[in-house]
Amino acid sequence: MTNPTTPEFSLPFRVKAAMYLRLLALQGSWNYETLLGTGIGFVMEPALRYLPGGVDGPRYRAALARESRYFNAHPYLAGIAVGALTRAELDGVDPVRIERFRTALAGPLGSVGDRLVWASWLPFCSLVALCVYGAGGSPVEVVGTFLLLYNVGHFLLRAWGLRTGLSRGLNVASALGNPVLRQGPHYIGSAAAVVAGLALPLALQRVVGPGRVLAGGIIVAALLGILLLARLHERAEGWRIALGVLAIFVLYSVLT
Amino acid sequence: MSLIEALPIALLGALLGLDVVSFPQAMISRPIVAATLAGAFIGHPPAGLLIGVVLELIALDTLPFGASRYPEWGSAGVVGGALFAAQPPGMPGALPASLLAALLTASVSGWSMVVLRRVIAGRLERTRDSIETGSRDALLSLHLSGMTLDLLRAALVTMVGMIVFSPLVRAIVAIWGSESAPSRAVVVVIAAIVAGGALWKVFHSIRRVVWLFLGGLLASTLLLVMG
Repeated sequence: MTNPTTPEFSLPFRVKAAMYLRLLALQGSWNYETLLGTGIGFVMEPALRYLPGGVDGPRYRAALARESRYFNAHPYLAGIAVGALTRAELDGVDPVRIERFRTALAGPLGSVGDRLVWASWLPFCSLVALCVYGAGGSPVEVVGTFLLLYNVGHFLLRAWGLRTGLSRGLNVASALGNPVLRQGPHYIGSAAAVVAGLALPLALQRVVGPGRVLAGGIIVAALLGILLLARLHERAEGWRIALGVLAIFVLYSVLT
Repeated sequence: MSLIEALPIALLGALLGLDVVSFPQAMISRPIVAATLAGAFIGHPPAGLLIGVVLELIALDTLPFGASRYPEWGSAGVVGGALFAAQPPGMPGALPASLLAALLTASVSGWSMVVLRRVIAGRLERTRDSIETGSRDALLSLHLSGMTLDLLRAALVTMVGMIVFSPLVRAIVAIWGSESAPSRAVVVVIAAIVAGGALWKVFHSIRRVVWLFLGGLLASTLLLVMG
């Protein structure tokens, strides 16, 4: 076996594949104590077996314990941390330095991922699927478009993160300056605004049903409601308001 | 609906509920997917897709940021899709009643995720000493049991949702007083308001966003007028 403490050490493909598969289950033990921490340990575990002494060795046990402590990141970008920490552990980096690196990396990986994935890519893909629906797409076409589009970005981002982390080790911070991570939310958001303008009327028209046009009342009520909700901004949760209004409407329709 | 009848739907809800956080987060749990699959299970995928679209518009308001508490749309999409697809076509109360059931399920299911995370934290507390000594078995056990519990949680929520709401939705649809067009219109307005507000919340900081939206709106208006 190659000496795992040299920088040239490369993990076998099957170990990287196992780590990638485990990365998909990263949040299996997510909890309010350690957040992603135990998941990070779970994903790194196949690689840590290559530490001197194997699974019964003190280095393996110390590394597994260290990497299972508190950690937070966006799940799709956690691969960067997993890869970098794996490389650091296998290179025999000082544990104090590894702890400092874990602390420093957690925040940026969370905020960058939230902006890129949850606040840009996911709503964009939803809107594209709604657009396909509004254009008359069948269930297979709508669902297929959404899942294919979304998961091309999803699986590639996870793979890129793991690969980048493993190759750069503790020098991974510069990867966060990648143009896709920095500028992606702006461009995807701009595209999402156009798609939203296209998708909302078409999708709502199809929900209303064939042979009926979107009545002026619907448009006015919707615009007024959107303006009101936009003014309330962070103070109101739209889905809770929807639940309340819908409950009142159902009660009214049942009792009258 | 009996336990046996609800079981296949509960299994679908379990798999899609697992996708929300635990595995693999491929967004098969988004309501547009979950409700369509549930509709297909019942034998009427277009109905599942229709309520899935409405739920998706509402779900745009609750993006899963960090440790925030949010509704769980996987099981809820399955419950909403199955309930709506099971109603006879053209019943005016079917969409609002099924939608209400789905939103209530989403709320309860979101709460069940909070409970699950506390249960996992409790298990972690009991195995902390072993994990702190680098026990592989303790870590794997904690992780795999967390995923198993999540699967069971989603199955239970879907099962209970179907058993509780199936007769309720049927009863509501039977005595529904409003006409078909206003019933659809109310649902459409609610979904449009929530989606519009959510998109503004997410994208308002982007330069020229209103103009970009209006460009898309103009294109869709032309398509509707010409179509």
